[in-house]
Amino acid sequence: MSAEAAIFYVFAVITVASAAVVVLARSLIYSAFALLFTFFGVAGLYVILGADFLAATQLLVYVGGILVLLLFGVMLTHKLYDLDLKSEVTQFLPAAIICGGLFTLLAWPIDISFSLPWIGTVRVLGALWQTSWATGSGRAAGATTEEIGRLFMSTYLLPFEAASVLLLVALMGAAMIVRRRKDA
Amino acid sequence: MITLPHYLTVSAALFTLGLLGVLTRRNAVNVLMGIELILNSANLNLVAFSRYGTGNLQGQLFAVFVIVIAAAEVAVALAIVLTLYRLRRTPNLDEADFLRG
Repeated sequence: MSAEAAIFYVFAVITVASAAVVVLARSLIYSAFALLFTFFGVAGLYVILGADFLAATQLLVYVGGILVLLLFGVMLTHKLYDLDLKSEVTQFLPAAIICGGLFTLLAWPIDISFSLPWIGTVRVLGALWQTSWATGSGRAAGATTEEIGRLFMSTYLLPFEAASVLLLVALMGAAMIVRRRKDA
Repeated sequence: MITLPHYLTVSAALFTLGLLGVLTRRNAVNVLMGIELILNSANLNLVAFSRYGTGNLQGQLFAVFVIVIAAAEVAVALAIVLTLYRLRRTPNLDEADFLRG
């Protein structure tokens, strides 16, 4: 196993295991802190994929912004003396069957074949492992920040400006929604 | 040898776990965490395709826009959750049935 593969598996296991904790933990605080490790794992995968700018953005925006906002949301929607911040779970079994089936159809990584009485031979392998992807030459490793900045200021200038207006409108709208009205 | 389907498998696992969180949790903030997992899986797909494709950066640029939209989305969603909490004294989504006739 090469070093790249070993690092990939480490980050993949961190990401998926902590995402499972996010979904399955009883306490909201445990979920939020497991989400921290998920974001770190995804940032590590970005680094392996050669996306250095995106990994830094992931850490700044997700860990520094979104996770803190979610923790604020947890704290503000519970009474302060409510020490165990439980989150109830409904319809777990049907949802788990749907999600497990979806994952098996999409991405089951190990090729298994077995035969059933009436149906015949069944082969279990995820769809994305059977697809022949049109992979190209790939991108040589190197810094991406300069090229991303150049693209933002040239080809993608309109979406860039639209994204900045979207952020402004969304934050103003959020402030408007939570504002206490005088007449209420 | 790590290939494109390895990354897509991690991304599919993140997506299905996020979907499981969205479907099973009653707390609105926890549902938001599931949505963040789903958005992260989409981003991972975009970056992986960008890396193993023809070598341009379009996938990474798309991922940056997804991060921007995720930030806007979580701000507005938390504003809605806080308003719901102020009206009903609960963050549970199935008690937000104001429009039921």
